[in-house]
Formats: sequence, structure tokens, C-alpha cells
Amino acid sequence: MTAQAKITAPFDPAAARADFEILGREVYGRPLVYLDNAASAQKPRQVLDAMRDFAQGEYANVHRGVHYLSAAATGRYESAREAVRRFLNARGSDEIVFTKGGTEAINLVAASFLAPRIEAGDEIVLSVMEHHSNIVPWHFLRERCGAVLRWVDVGDDGSLDVEALEAAIGPKTRLVAIAHMSNVLGTIAPLKEIVARAHARGVPVLADGCQGAVHERVDVQDLDVDFYAITGHKLYGPTGIGALYGKRAHLKAMRPYNGGGEMIREVTREVVTYADPPARFEAGTPPIIEAVGLEAALAYLSALDREAVAAHESDLYAYARESVRRFNWLRAIGDAPGKGAILSFEAEGMHAHDLATILDREGVAVRAGHHCAQVLMERFGVVSTTRASFALYNTRGEVDALVAALAKAQKILG
Amino acid sequence: MVMDDSLRELYQEVILDHSRHPHHYGALSGASHVGEGYNPLCGDRVKIYLAVDSEGRITNITFEGKGCAISQASASLMTDTLTGKSIAEAEKLMGGFLHLVKGEAAEGLPEDDRERLEAMAGVSAFPMRVKCATLAWHTMKSALEGGDAAKSE
Repeated sequence: MTAQAKITAPFDPAAARADFEILGREVYGRPLVYLDNAASAQKPRQVLDAMRDFAQGEYANVHRGVHYLSAAATGRYESAREAVRRFLNARGSDEIVFTKGGTEAINLVAASFLAPRIEAGDEIVLSVMEHHSNIVPWHFLRERCGAVLRWVDVGDDGSLDVEALEAAIGPKTRLVAIAHMSNVLGTIAPLKEIVARAHARGVPVLADGCQGAVHERVDVQDLDVDFYAITGHKLYGPTGIGALYGKRAHLKAMRPYNGGGEMIREVTREVVTYADPPARFEAGTPPIIEAVGLEAALAYLSALDREAVAAHESDLYAYARESVRRFNWLRAIGDAPGKGAILSFEAEGMHAHDLATILDREGVAVRAGHHCAQVLMERFGVVSTTRASFALYNTRGEVDALVAALAKAQKILG
Repeated sequence: MVMDDSLRELYQEVILDHSRHPHHYGALSGASHVGEGYNPLCGDRVKIYLAVDSEGRITNITFEGKGCAISQASASLMTDTLTGKSIAEAEKLMGGFLHLVKGEAAEGLPEDDRERLEAMAGVSAFPMRVKCATLAWHTMKSALEGGDAAKSE
């Protein structure tokens, strides 16, 4: 995690909770304890207000009309792009492509950057802790272009070893694709080091930042990463929007992705020429209202002391990890040093879905299943796990509720 | 301990007993039909083995697989229920079971079978879990039809 030496005041989740109306509701007559944040985070009032105010006051299509509202909406849309640039510290906003989400961002790199450069036998290096969104696009290239997937294992504690990753890079490696933070283990990849090692071998790196950008400060220039994918809905923003950061030179050299309006320079009966990035990759009417919501979400996060938030989330995880040690039937999966605030576990004699059903009736929302990470499930010899993932608005009291619900589930099922 | 009634209904003792000690568990040598089912939501798998005699009667059913208490109990109850039935009777029971776990009227089931399967009726209060209960039954159907792997959807 980020160095926490500068903290002046601890983060107070109670103040933040007031911004998230949904956290005040009950389920089955019990207070909601929302611990499924790695799947999707709740949205603060500021995000919802920004989207509604924009839709009611300034909405029109972007980049098309000459009329007042179209100009206003275009300004808001491009302002959101600038907000993403600031959030990731990209050099220019032309390096930020809006997408439907993290999945589309990665598919875009696979289809437009890598596919034209892949010949049969070329290799893509990825880790076993990847989400399916950072696996399946590369399987496409295996199926369609004969690419070979080179898998980097994680340690039994879930840690990712840079040496092991470097060892997987060979003369035929065309890309390293790696999660900044695992959605199951919470492991944070040493991204800067990975990029340095890969670049020393002339190999570009794509980072799946869907989890990492929520909990870590990201500076794409400092990391020197080639591509960085984010999604809005895990960043307390709306669904339907994400972004791809790509180095300008890469984006300029990439062929278009989807074809349609917005992404062209000129279309005739015979030929078509394409717009420069990022427009080249944004065919069709983009998620305009969602872009405004994403900007509001980033503003919300940026207004907080992010080091203090990270320390708060680390404290929740450490408290939860310590609290479940009393259950000798529970096996936590992922104990890498400095990991993010995700507690995944297997419970002896209890299937994750049975456990999650009982927790749910206690008001505790967790994820149960393979978490779109079946390669990782296989690595740890499990079919599924139960996962509690923490966000800035969670509290130690909610960890206590989780622990009490787990004890109850064990009484019923154990 | 305070416990939600629907939860008590779902995880009643008979269900937990079946899931901990499933009946007819294991491969069946000489099976005439085999079906494989997969629930993509959770990754659970089940394999059903059937022995059907020349008169179309199911003489033996076994299953293998790992899954939640609901899916294991449902598979176990299914083997108890369908052993000795004709294919036509089995199909009728399968239809009845699907109604039962969805909370719909399941008419025309023989009394003893209905009593046995009623244990699964609590699933109807948990829509996200209905697929767990139906996986083995869908797989049974696909085994009888000799079709592709069943998906519990």
C-alpha cells in the first residue's frame, strides 16, 4: 500500500456514509452491510446529483450539433476526460479513451493494438490471478492468431513474484497483461517494477486497474505503463463507463475498434479515413451522462485524503482478517504483504453459496463464486470462495456483523 | 438463536442430511445414459449415471459432483425419487419438481414422491438459488435425451 507517513487525521467513514443513501436501508429487516464493493461500489449523492442535474439542464449529444446544448454537453464530456487524465496523471487527455468499462478497454487493446502485431507462436504473459476480462481477450488471440498464453503463478500467499514474471518473458513475448490489484486475493502487483523489467526486454505492459485504481494512487507516467484500464462503477461512479489510458504513440498507431459515427475523418463510397485518437476509438454516441457521473465520482474521491482512506480500508481488512482467525474452519486465500482490502476465504464443509445465502439474510452482502477468476480458483484448488471486499464507507462495526453472521452460518451448516 | 423462517425452511435437517451424506453417490459401471451438468454461475458440476432397462424403466441412478448443500441434496433426493420409475413417470416428476422449487402448483405427483420432494420447496423463497436445486434435474433430462451437457439456467 501507499506510504502512510503523512497522515494527519484518520478517515471518518461516518461522514462519508451520509453521502451514500443506500447504506441506510435495511434488507430482510436488518441493516444493510454492503461488503461486495469489489464487484461494484455504491454511488454517493454527489454522483447521482451531477448526473441528474446535467440530464435536466445541459444534455444533448456531443461533438455534433452547433447548438447551445450540444456545445455545453461536449464541454462536460471533455471535462470528464480531463478529470480522468488528472486522476491517472496522463500527459494529455488525448491519451484517455472512454469505453463501456474495463472489459471493453482491454478488448480494445487486444483487437486494435495487439492482434495486428501477433503472429502464430507469439506470446502473451499474464498471471493466474487475472479476472476473466484480462484473460478471455487474450484467448481470442490464441484462437484467432495462434498466440500462446504464458501463465505466471502466484505464491501460496497470493503474492506475485517479479522474478517469476520476468522469467516468463521471452523473445516472442508481445505483451504483459497484469492486474494492478487482484479482485480475489487483494494482491497488489509491483507494477512499476514489472513495467521496468518488461520494457528492458522491449515488451509493453497493460495493467488492469479496475480494482487498483480504487485503492492505489495511480500515476501512469511514473509507472511508465503502456495501457491502464479502469471502470467507473467500482470508483463510486456509474455503470456503463470506463476508460483506457494508452500512451499517445501506441494509440496513434492503433487501428480503429468499432466502426460508426464520431470515429471518422471522412467517409466516401470508396474509402474511409479515421479520426485521431481518442475519437478514433469512440464510435457511436458515447455514455455522456455517465461521463459526467464519473467526473463527479473522481472529484468525490480526490476531495478525500486518499492516504487516510487507504489506511482506513487497510485497518478494516486487518481487523477482519484478525477476527476470523477464531474460526478454525475458515481458510483465508491471499495473504500477500501490503495487499488490498479484500478477504476471500473457503469454509470447511460449507459451500460459498450456502454461506452467502445465510449471510444475506443477516443483511450482509458478500460475493460467492469464482469471481470471474476460474484460473485462480484452479490454482488454489477450490471451485469457489466467499469474498468480503471493503470500501471507504465500511466500518469496524460492519466487520463485527460479518463475523457474527459467519458464526451463525457455521452453526446452521457446519 | 433467532433464525429467519425461510432460512430454517431452506436448510432443514433433511436437506443438510442429504448434502452431508448423499444417497447413490459415485460412478455407475454399465450405465446406459450419462449426463453432465454445469452451473456457470458458481462453477459447480454434476454427473448423472443412469441404468435404463429394455422396458424403459430406470433401474439405477447415481451421481457425482461437488456443489452447495442445495444442489447436493437435490441430486440425492432425485436419485431416491426416480429409481424404479419409468421414463414417462420420471419426466412427469421432473416437471413437477421444477414447479415446486419455483413456488408454483405442482399437481399430479404421487403422494410419497411429493412428500419427499416437499423438503426442497423452501428454495422457492430464494430465487437466486433455484438453479442450484434444478441442476441435477436438468442434467437428468439431458442424460435421458442423450444431448449436450446441461446448464442450469
